Amino acid sequence: MTLLGVALVCVAPLVWMVTTSMKPGDQTMQTSLSLKTLLPQPVEKTPEYAAENYSSVWTDDTVNFPLYLRNTLIVAVLGTAGMTLSSAVVAYGFARVQWRGRGIAFGVLLATMMIPFPVLMTTLYIIFAKIGWVGTFRPLWVPAWFGGAFSIFLLRQFFRGLPKDLDEAARIDGCSHWGIFWRVMLPLSKPALGVVAVLHFTYTWSDFIGPLIFLTHRDQFTLALGLQMFQSQAGNTPWNELMAASVMVIAPVLVLFFLAQRAFVQGVAMEGLKE
Amino acid sequence: MKKTLTGLAWVSPWLIGFTLFLALPVAMSLYYSFTDYTLLEKPVWIGLENYKRLLSDDVFWTVMKNTLIFAAVTIPAITVLSLGVAGLLNMRVRGVGAFRTAVYVPFMVPVVASAMIWLWIFNSELGLLNQGLRLIGIEGPNWLGDRAWAMPSVILMNLWIILGPPATIYVAAMQDVPKALHEAAELDGMGPIRRFVYITLPLVSPLILFNVITTAINAWQVFAVPFIMTKGGPDRATYFYTMYLYDSAFTYQQMGYASALAWVLFIVILAMTGLLFAVSKKAVFERN
Repeated sequence: MTLLGVALVCVAPLVWMVTTSMKPGDQTMQTSLSLKTLLPQPVEKTPEYAAENYSSVWTDDTVNFPLYLRNTLIVAVLGTAGMTLSSAVVAYGFARVQWRGRGIAFGVLLATMMIPFPVLMTTLYIIFAKIGWVGTFRPLWVPAWFGGAFSIFLLRQFFRGLPKDLDEAARIDGCSHWGIFWRVMLPLSKPALGVVAVLHFTYTWSDFIGPLIFLTHRDQFTLALGLQMFQSQAGNTPWNELMAASVMVIAPVLVLFFLAQRAFVQGVAMEGLKE
Repeated sequence: MKKTLTGLAWVSPWLIGFTLFLALPVAMSLYYSFTDYTLLEKPVWIGLENYKRLLSDDVFWTVMKNTLIFAAVTIPAITVLSLGVAGLLNMRVRGVGAFRTAVYVPFMVPVVASAMIWLWIFNSELGLLNQGLRLIGIEGPNWLGDRAWAMPSVILMNLWIILGPPATIYVAAMQDVPKALHEAAELDGMGPIRRFVYITLPLVSPLILFNVITTAINAWQVFAVPFIMTKGGPDRATYFYTMYLYDSAFTYQQMGYASALAWVLFIVILAMTGLLFAVSKKAVFERN
């Protein structure tokens, strides 16, 4: 019973967002709460109201959601590809290649996870401004091609869990490190690679401060920035449309989350079990 | 030697990224923190001026105070909440998987969208919260517009966002607690609450430390939620450290001063983490 209550509190805001997004404007102005006012009235006209709200957000003149979706996808796809590939390569170097200084380097890697972005953001901006990257997508995806500490950590743990016999067998068959990595490790690591990819994709999709700092022109905005602009521009907020816009920003992430959920939650649980 | 080169070659993407996007910015910001730098002109060395200015800057002390209050409320609240919720989620109930998902989902919602939802919930006339309070005859305040209520509101919605990960981690850890321990204690007549305090809690304590540190570090980075929902107001009641850092750099173009703020933040986080580790040495139970 308590459990049900907790789950309800967690989900209620999202449910209210969805029902608001399907109401006609005047119905969001009702001040008396009842089961009836929670839903659009009459209920059977819901699809019609919803279609109207969502399409008017999608075709808004000043806030170009289709363009923001395209921008977000460019940054997220380029970044995710780089993050997954590079982190896997580096993780292999930490998991399966013996070299002097490996332990120390890995310790440094773990320590860097504690450095928060705000500490770096001013100087990163200066650096990117000097090389002419401010106002382009590059600051948002190029760094991902150098791997990320948490992704590397996660993949290294996964690689270490794979039986060493596999490497030995491949080596006897004449495989180089690269051959072992590409033909043995990667195919076996799809769940872990999936977790890293989903994590970085959702991170980029949701990122607010990065685009806020590094993008200068509104034609380059991502969905997260666009949503904020949609809210701040509409002086007298049309709540139904704002909620419809929010649903559109949230939905892809949640779909991805449900698809990857099992691997995902395990990954989060693992985060706590490191050391 | 060859082996070392092979290893370095494999980790070279990270080594290069670490140098360019981490070590270099940290080192450069140390230098900039001793300069007056507006981006338009070359940085001018002014020694400790920026740090001296910090000490007498009222806004700096306001954001320090706000961030500390935010952390001081959030850390214990999230620890108690997530442990309690994890205890519930660990029960053998049908459909418990769906409940675990429900608790985790808010964390997945892009933070800008969460801010939109909660702007609507906190709306003083039409919001869900005040409409609900009206049902039981209470006229709720203007949550985000009232000097006294803005901070609690931001803290509350942030708890909603961050509950998922620690709760999930504790559920996983509680499932690792040997059943035999609980059974033995039950035979000895221990009730569920005492078993939780004497068996579960010590065994998950290393993870409590991990979550406290994570929450503490994140508290210093609170940005998007107040930036969007309150713009730091009313009257700087929800103006936090990272927002001031952002404004110094990007609104006022004071890169030198912002770099000093960044370094103070860096040192505060290092000191705080070190302190938490030291204090917890005794409190955290080591399994082996």
